[in-house]
Amino acid sequence: MKTLADLKPGEEATVVELTSTGLTRERLQDLGIVPGTRVRASLISPLGDPVAYEVRGALIALRRPDAATILIENGHENGKND
Amino acid sequence: MAKTIEQKVKPGRAKYEVPESELVVALAGNPNTGKSTVFNALTGLRQHTGNWPGKTVTRAEGSFSFQGEKYHLIDLPGTYSLLARTTDEEIARDFLVEGEPDVVVVVVDATSLERNLNLVLQVLRLTRRVVVCLNLMDEAERNGIEVDAKALEEELGVPVVPTVAVRRKGLERLVAAIAKVAHQPGLDEASRREEVREFFAADPAEKDRIVRATFAEAERIAARCVRTSGSARRLDRILDRILTSKAVGFPVMLLLLAAIFWLTIAGANVPSSLLADGLFWVEEKLLIGMNAIGAPAWLTGFLIEGVYRGLAWVVSVMLPPMAIFFPAFTLLEDLGYLPRVAFSLDRVFRKVGANGKMALTMAMGFGCNAAGVISTRIIDSPRERLIAIITNNFMPCNGRWPTLILLATVFIAAAFPPSVGALVGAGTLVGVVLLGFFVTLLVSFGLTKTALKGAASAFVLELPPYRKPQLLRILYTSLLDRTLFVLWRAVVIAAPAGGLAWILANVSVGDATLLQAIVQFLDPLGRLIGLDGVILLAYIVAIPANEVVVPTMLMAYMNYNKLIEIESTQQLQQLLVVDHGWTVLTAVCLMLFSLLHNPCSTTLWTIFKETGSKKWTLVSALLPLGIAFLVCFLVAQTARLLGWGG
Repeated sequence: MKTLADLKPGEEATVVELTSTGLTRERLQDLGIVPGTRVRASLISPLGDPVAYEVRGALIALRRPDAATILIENGHENGKND
Repeated sequence: MAKTIEQKVKPGRAKYEVPESELVVALAGNPNTGKSTVFNALTGLRQHTGNWPGKTVTRAEGSFSFQGEKYHLIDLPGTYSLLARTTDEEIARDFLVEGEPDVVVVVVDATSLERNLNLVLQVLRLTRRVVVCLNLMDEAERNGIEVDAKALEEELGVPVVPTVAVRRKGLERLVAAIAKVAHQPGLDEASRREEVREFFAADPAEKDRIVRATFAEAERIAARCVRTSGSARRLDRILDRILTSKAVGFPVMLLLLAAIFWLTIAGANVPSSLLADGLFWVEEKLLIGMNAIGAPAWLTGFLIEGVYRGLAWVVSVMLPPMAIFFPAFTLLEDLGYLPRVAFSLDRVFRKVGANGKMALTMAMGFGCNAAGVISTRIIDSPRERLIAIITNNFMPCNGRWPTLILLATVFIAAAFPPSVGALVGAGTLVGVVLLGFFVTLLVSFGLTKTALKGAASAFVLELPPYRKPQLLRILYTSLLDRTLFVLWRAVVIAAPAGGLAWILANVSVGDATLLQAIVQFLDPLGRLIGLDGVILLAYIVAIPANEVVVPTMLMAYMNYNKLIEIESTQQLQQLLVVDHGWTVLTAVCLMLFSLLHNPCSTTLWTIFKETGSKKWTLVSALLPLGIAFLVCFLVAQTARLLGWGG
């Protein structure tokens, strides 16, 4: 299954599942990253990692290994606006 | 990591030391929603504000009066939710549940309502005594985001007040709403702290269900109350793409830093010498006055040549650069640029086992290392937080900038023609910061591989919207809070230090003065690392505050054999180079020592409070000191081997 780390800048997807546990999971949930949330990769750090995602009107930076714990679907549909 | 003082506070309002007669208002909200600005506007206090998440890390308190009643306002740390198990969330949650506030004001960022509603809905589960402060309405408008406050009020069932706190818009209505809720009967529901306990007792699947349901609700409410036009945040995205691009991201970062230093050096020259002229003119008049009233020579010497001259030096050398440096840096902070720095540098920090948020705590250290140490609370992982605490010292603070700026100006910049001097000086300071950054990475790596083994933890950082800086407010707060604060600290210590230096220089044991004796004792060690006895003495005197290094040093030099008047940088150079044998090597070693040596006692005390560990406090003191001695020793010996410097 695809994860958030597979999303290229400009692409949008829906969160399906969080596979992380503990504090990481809580932090992601705090920021509104839960199953059903639309997420859009927006900005990539000059060193290639982390990547910033648009989530619920905010811009949230996640490291690649953390983004890889977030499962997504319809990754390539450019649906809703930001 | 040990518990902090805030965490030890036990349940019940009495324990929070809130007067019984006052109504208690708690201020909650996501980080970076302008909570501190609302707090300042209501109480008239000046809590440090800036555009990055996590500025308010300790609980600030203040009060205001309305219709003859006194309200006690408590600014809680910014939190995204009440459910996570970290320091800030715990402080906020404990107060809301155990502190029994009469009203909870939840400050909400109108530009990102949906996300902010999560916290509002969580708070509403604990109490109905809530007022929602819909802040940053101007930012929302500028970004094409329209929020229907009436509809939001209907949805939430509590008052919603739109505000622009920086311009004090909507604050009267906010205060009125607070008063209304405080006196509303029938809201004294049985304590809902069970809700929180239930949440923490719930199994993971149940927790997930609660979180999802809350966000689904937030989504539904936001869909009804928020209208976004197509252009929302377009400018921010364009700016972000430039500032974090591969091509110009890092060059822009260095250029901004260099520009601030250049402004500081180029701009401070003239006012510095004007101030010095003025203050030494006053000294002459004071001398005449003392003679006229027939004061004994020792008293005149102690008061004028000791205490007053010490103060005059501190003011004329430190005030102008700080009055430029701090506002300029606060401007960057206000714009929202710093989180972009953390975002750009995170990978480097990750490589050494540290956290990108360290870029933020390091920037805070530029102001004051004690503040930098407290700000490390934004780092969740205890291991990474400890690394950030120990290495914060390698970012020069308030107290060390004057030394660095002075040396860069007098020794490095002065060696070049005036047209490029300020540029060279600025370049030197950028070099110092880069060196500090490099040492930070090296020490972080060393700690990760030895005493603090472990892998990098998760990194979740919000990049806030850019904001139009409030120029007047920046000037006001950075001059009052930072510049005058630092100057005052320097003055309070420089005055007695000046007097002490005068006494040491004028009390003799045998055929040498006390000063000569101490300096002679320290001199061999000083020479070994490219410094001298006077400089080491200055660093011993400066253990409570780095601000006094330069004044103590100058005081000691001036009193060493003869008293001279110093009115300009040229004469300062004359004093150091001709009379006391300074070379460029001395200046370089002193800059290195200033950058690397142990933190001041205030910072160490803060480290002890934050870590609760004597061991880590000791490491934080001795590790930098050892590095400073080692680096200066190597530089001095290498330079001498190569035949440079004395």
